[in-house]
Amino acid sequence: MTTRDLEVLTRAGIHARPASMIAETANRYESKIEIEKENMRINAKSIMGIITLGATYRTKLHLICEGSDEEEAAEAMENLFRNRFE
Amino acid sequence: MSEFTVLDLLDLDLKEHNHLQLKCLAGRSGLSRAITTDKISRPGLALAGYFVDFAGESIQLFGRGEQSYLTLLEKNNDWQNIEKLFSYNLPCVIFIGGTKPSEHFIDIAEKNATAVLTTPLESAVFSRRAYQMLDEVFAETETIHGVLVEVFGIGILITGESGIGKSEAALELIERGHRLISDDTVKLRRLSDNYLIGSGENPMLAHHMEIRGLGIINLHNLFGVGAIREKKQVQLLVHLERWDEKKNYDRLGGQESETIMGISLPKITLPVSLGRNVASLIEMAARNERLRKLGYYSSKEFDQSVLKWLESQAARKLYYNTDALKEGDYDDKRS
Repeated sequence: MTTRDLEVLTRAGIHARPASMIAETANRYESKIEIEKENMRINAKSIMGIITLGATYRTKLHLICEGSDEEEAAEAMENLFRNRFE
Repeated sequence: MSEFTVLDLLDLDLKEHNHLQLKCLAGRSGLSRAITTDKISRPGLALAGYFVDFAGESIQLFGRGEQSYLTLLEKNNDWQNIEKLFSYNLPCVIFIGGTKPSEHFIDIAEKNATAVLTTPLESAVFSRRAYQMLDEVFAETETIHGVLVEVFGIGILITGESGIGKSEAALELIERGHRLISDDTVKLRRLSDNYLIGSGENPMLAHHMEIRGLGIINLHNLFGVGAIREKKQVQLLVHLERWDEKKNYDRLGGQESETIMGISLPKITLPVSLGRNVASLIEMAARNERLRKLGYYSSKEFDQSVLKWLESQAARKLYYNTDALKEGDYDDKRS
């Protein structure tokens, strides 16, 4: 299991477009990828789930990857957040 | 869950038949106090001076009995127990039957920053509604990846990995006139420790669906109010998985079950492959579940019939003392 702490750096928060990019990235990997916010845990491969998180600017999120390619998946997800979904 | 304050209690958007009809009389500075338990206390014994095991952290309900005892104390100008009662940092006190406490009582409440609420309801009705409300507020919750639909009145939670076709199956069920509660993320709450209620995580985003190739669609707008539901008890689990040649799937309908949040629910594992219409299979599962609820178990009944038939065949053989029953004879001898 690989975990990372993420932070939302875009002012608009995670709306539809960033959510679709997160799901797209997550879907490239075999591993089970989940994002946690407070007491909520959702599947990062589903757009609706990510939007439901209601992550706004500077929200802290916790990433949990589990599976054969968890390292690469965590790396890719972290990059995506760091690059502000560009 | 974040804190549940007295203000939240006043702000609750409850439906007509379980509305608490609370109003704040005094002690507004205490509205931000948190309610931490799902219990309601009747402070009768405390008013009489017995404070052992007094539940000071719960909502204090002043019913008829407490109220008349309070008048008695006030008449005798005995404020000691009331002062002591308020020293417990009560979340709030509630007066039933639309009554108001005396000026002095309100002064003490204000001094201790404790909200004084009133409701026109009688204590039996109020307690019933309040317990139900507190049960929901303090219910254990869990968010699950799946789709919750209502099919023929049965709440079905469809689970399975991403891309297996949960949303597509749900969409077809809605086309057939069934209802969607939530797609993708389902918030489950365990009520009165024996059943699960599922709803959307966020009412703002509920009833939207993401279908690959179509994007996000709003089912409320597309199908109307008849196609959606706010919440529903989870009564059956349907797990979708890719057809695995090597795996033995249930062929006779013995009941599998799975425990979620400590509650055991019947479960069906449906293998998905080309040419299997998942929606109609789920519909059939719902019909079958309704039969089960009525006490009719299709597969068991079938087995019973087979046994009965075998038995009668054996008896017949014995009676006619023949080795084998000829095909043609069967119908005549049946009567």
